[in-house]
Amino acid sequence: MSGVGATRASPSRGATRRVEGAPPLDVERIRRDFPILSRTVRGKPLVYLDNAATSQKPRAVIDAVSRFYASENANIHRGVHYLSERATEAYDAVREQVARFLNAASTGEIIFTRGTTEAINLVAQSYGRSVLRPGDEVLITAMEHHSNIVPWQLICEQTGAVLRAVPITDAGELDLDAFDRLLTERTRLLAIVHLSNALGTINPVRELVARARARGITVMVDGAQSAPHLAVDVQALDCDFFAFSGHKLFGPTGIGVLYGRESLLERMPPWQGGGDMIASVTLERSTWAPLPAKFEAGTPAIAQAIGLGQAISYVNAIGLDAIGAWESQLLGHATERVGDIRGVRLIGTAREKASVLSFVLDGVHPHDVGTILDDEGVAIRAGHHCAQPVMQRFGVPATARASFAFYNSFEEIEALVRGIERAGKVFG
Amino acid sequence: MAGLSELYQNVILEHNRSPRNYRVLENANREAQGNNPLCGDQLTVWLRMEDDVIQEATFQGSGCAISKASASLMTGAVKGKSRRQAQELFDRFHRLVTGRLEPAASETLGKLAVFSGVSAFPIRVKCASLSWHALKAALDQPGQIVSTEQP
Repeated sequence: MSGVGATRASPSRGATRRVEGAPPLDVERIRRDFPILSRTVRGKPLVYLDNAATSQKPRAVIDAVSRFYASENANIHRGVHYLSERATEAYDAVREQVARFLNAASTGEIIFTRGTTEAINLVAQSYGRSVLRPGDEVLITAMEHHSNIVPWQLICEQTGAVLRAVPITDAGELDLDAFDRLLTERTRLLAIVHLSNALGTINPVRELVARARARGITVMVDGAQSAPHLAVDVQALDCDFFAFSGHKLFGPTGIGVLYGRESLLERMPPWQGGGDMIASVTLERSTWAPLPAKFEAGTPAIAQAIGLGQAISYVNAIGLDAIGAWESQLLGHATERVGDIRGVRLIGTAREKASVLSFVLDGVHPHDVGTILDDEGVAIRAGHHCAQPVMQRFGVPATARASFAFYNSFEEIEALVRGIERAGKVFG
Repeated sequence: MAGLSELYQNVILEHNRSPRNYRVLENANREAQGNNPLCGDQLTVWLRMEDDVIQEATFQGSGCAISKASASLMTGAVKGKSRRQAQELFDRFHRLVTGRLEPAASETLGKLAVFSGVSAFPIRVKCASLSWHALKAALDQPGQIVSTEQP
């Protein structure tokens, strides 16, 4: 599975894959790889459509984590003993795998974090704190997850910088004219979501990065939702930072990745201090370990990293092109079927979308839709999706959201449709 | 399924469709807002108190059928109650929706007993009690915003 990053299409607007000519996946076979998908919920087969919140795990990931604890557990970068050497090797191998997955230039650019949230906080507190001055501007968008809003609010408060946001259109796309107007000589940093968790919009990040970088602006891309669905090539995107979470990519919770451009990471001060991130320590002062260790204080999530490695191998074996093609069919079919239900209003109708179908049902609160679907064994998310500004933009307190992964099927979409229709009847 | 029909009883569906006392209370002398930051639900409760007795209670806001129907029935149930009686009612109601109320006591709840089905859906307890938390705040510390995520 090496070299995958270089061979895939870059996920810019023009290169986003559509349905035509894609080989269908063997969904039945794939589903057997995920033990949880054969269970029932409230007496019905589980229909798991909450993949944007977290994805399910294939047997290979579950086994890798339990095998590590059962027979390979040791701390890394410490012991001279056999198990520690093995654990260190396994951990470092995953870093190489992640570097290939994102097509990073080197493993020093891959920092393990607890997840996307921690990665964004790291960039805000280390990079942001060292460059932002009073009056500088940080630009985000009105479709960000709270995790790509709040860390910037915090650092702006701490530095006197000003936070601005690119507005979105009624379809849930970025207002690109406003984007250009908001890039000013005061803008130091652009932090932007690749694939919106609340709307499903795929932003034209390659183009936006190019416009920002042309003005010398540093760009952070939140890839929490895009990494499981779109091929990502950080060199083609030309972004400075890119973050994703293991658990949304069919791996364990507690592990995530920050990609950072080496020249920036080298200049950035450490964020957290502790073991493993130092070159030497005296009681007066310390010097820092080289990348990536400088940003990995303390014992990391070793088993989770190893699980993430298995998850990436699993995804690569199917191929993100095939995954993207199947999910695009699923989303297209679901959009049509759910959109046809009387009283349904879709929230987020961008031209370029992936995985996410957000909607409201006239006269029925999303929580009640969620409870009735749950009674049918269908798991969706109901609420503000940690994107309250998006809810405010569309004038709804919450939405119901079905989000798809490659193991979902057309039959499951029918279960979703039946559940929504039942909700309409109960409250009609 | 029994659980679902217990939760969405007709009285609840009806109060969700046509909530009672759903308006700003012009001559209110107590007011409090209740938020559930986990789901974004929020509502405001207004009271007109005279000599420690709730003369009138109204509400407005957005929320699911459970929280709306609960607020609707609550505003009716607390009318004419003293602060202490209202708080005792909340206490019994809370024990009902968390499944800790002895069956005999549920008879004393009147119409509020329709929320007994909530106890089978622990995640919806906060929906059912949001308006009550706001009521309690209006009685104890008027003008406050209370959150379901505060102790």
